Amino acid sequence: MIEQILSPACWLVFLADWHLFLQAFGVTVMVSIAALALALALGVVFGVMSTSHFLLPRNVARAYVEAIQNTPLVLQAYVFYLALPYIGVMMGQVSVGIFAVGIYHGAYIAEVVRAGIQSIPRGQSEAAASQGFTYVQTMRWVILPQTVKIILPPLVNQMVNLIKNTSVIALIGGTDLMNRTNDWATSGASIYGPPFLVCGVLYFLLCFPLSTWGRRYEEKLKKKDSHAGEELRKIEEELS
Amino acid sequence: MIRLSNVHKSFGSHEVLKGVNLEVREGEKLVIIGPSGSGKSTTVRCMNGLEIPTSGHVFIDNVELTRKNRIELVRNTSSMVFQQFNLYPHLTVMGNLTLAPVKLFGKSKSEAQDIARHYLEVVGLEEKAHAYPATLSGGQQQRVAIARALCSQTKIILFDEPTSALDPETVQEVLNVMVKLAGEKNITMVIVTHEMGFAREVADRVIFMDDGTILEEGTPEHFFVSPTHERTRQFLGKILH
Repeated sequence: MIEQILSPACWLVFLADWHLFLQAFGVTVMVSIAALALALALGVVFGVMSTSHFLLPRNVARAYVEAIQNTPLVLQAYVFYLALPYIGVMMGQVSVGIFAVGIYHGAYIAEVVRAGIQSIPRGQSEAAASQGFTYVQTMRWVILPQTVKIILPPLVNQMVNLIKNTSVIALIGGTDLMNRTNDWATSGASIYGPPFLVCGVLYFLLCFPLSTWGRRYEEKLKKKDSHAGEELRKIEEELS
Repeated sequence: MIRLSNVHKSFGSHEVLKGVNLEVREGEKLVIIGPSGSGKSTTVRCMNGLEIPTSGHVFIDNVELTRKNRIELVRNTSSMVFQQFNLYPHLTVMGNLTLAPVKLFGKSKSEAQDIARHYLEVVGLEEKAHAYPATLSGGQQQRVAIARALCSQTKIILFDEPTSALDPETVQEVLNVMVKLAGEKNITMVIVTHEMGFAREVADRVIFMDDGTILEEGTPEHFFVSPTHERTRQFLGKILH
């Protein structure tokens, strides 16, 4: 593999098919965005449910989070791919990937959101209640906007993991970056070095700026706002 | 206006209110005093549904306050000022003052801002409209909280120890605003406080609570000149030195 990376001939063969990789990279980006949107929506809904005063929504949220967090993502992806047709839901591999990854990270984001909500002092929801805000309005206008600031770093962490985990699509046969790389390398020319190196670089280019930004934001928050920083530290401790 | 009928409230096995009967008249300035743990705060918190009685009834304008209707009933009838201010830290002063009017009362943004500016003037903080709460002193934050309560334009304002968390130097600026409000005939005020000078100045009626019940009630003159119960005298003796 190392010789291949140093061999111009291998690179020329690889570069001839460059557009295939670019297109698959586009799929990975698209899947990441769609899965992230789904994960955020699920995370907010189930995160809010798990702070409810009522037992039912709390237990439903708990069941979702525990079921997802304690089984492998790969298993979940297979189940979605193989089981959904039986209940009449036909989806392409890429769509299944979006759902599997979105639902998986939704559970983790729900925990982040829950910890964030619980870090907001009780006085905030009491003030909102005393003004006549309903539970949902209180969440929307008072609690969640304050939560965002504190949970942004663990949320960015989840985004990075989500991007990497979209590679699960390769296992169920969707043509994302991971699958295209593996396919291309193992069929035909047997050139492994350049495609896998480039594949890694492309994932890195997506994830590194995000995680760097998240870390910088966190450092700034801890320096500027000692209260928020303290809450963040507690949340991270709880989630780890 | 507000009526509490045989209100009991327990937290776990601890009974905080042991049968409170109380009627607050429209426009009345009622001051509740008593040692800590006597149930004063719980009593006012029952008046806006922050606590729901374990047994007994709370009526506002002859409508019973329940778990079901509390949000709507409270929205249109009462506001509260808290010991810890509880301003919304992610919003500016103006944002704090206009959130409920815009989101709950359907006012336009500019209309809500006009009202907010008016009440900021009442509490003497016009120049802080665009500041964030964290940049204000405790006294200033509490005055903003009072302005926020006023912006809902409800007939009842509840004060739960509004000066207890303040530095001694800033207590007076908050009390001054409250004295000014007490001059408004159509605002009903229920105030839990340890500020006896203030109580004497503004109260139409004073209630002394001890151990979850109302032990004594009367005019400020009655209270500070010749209280009936030994327990009341004891308490006032301690607090007035």
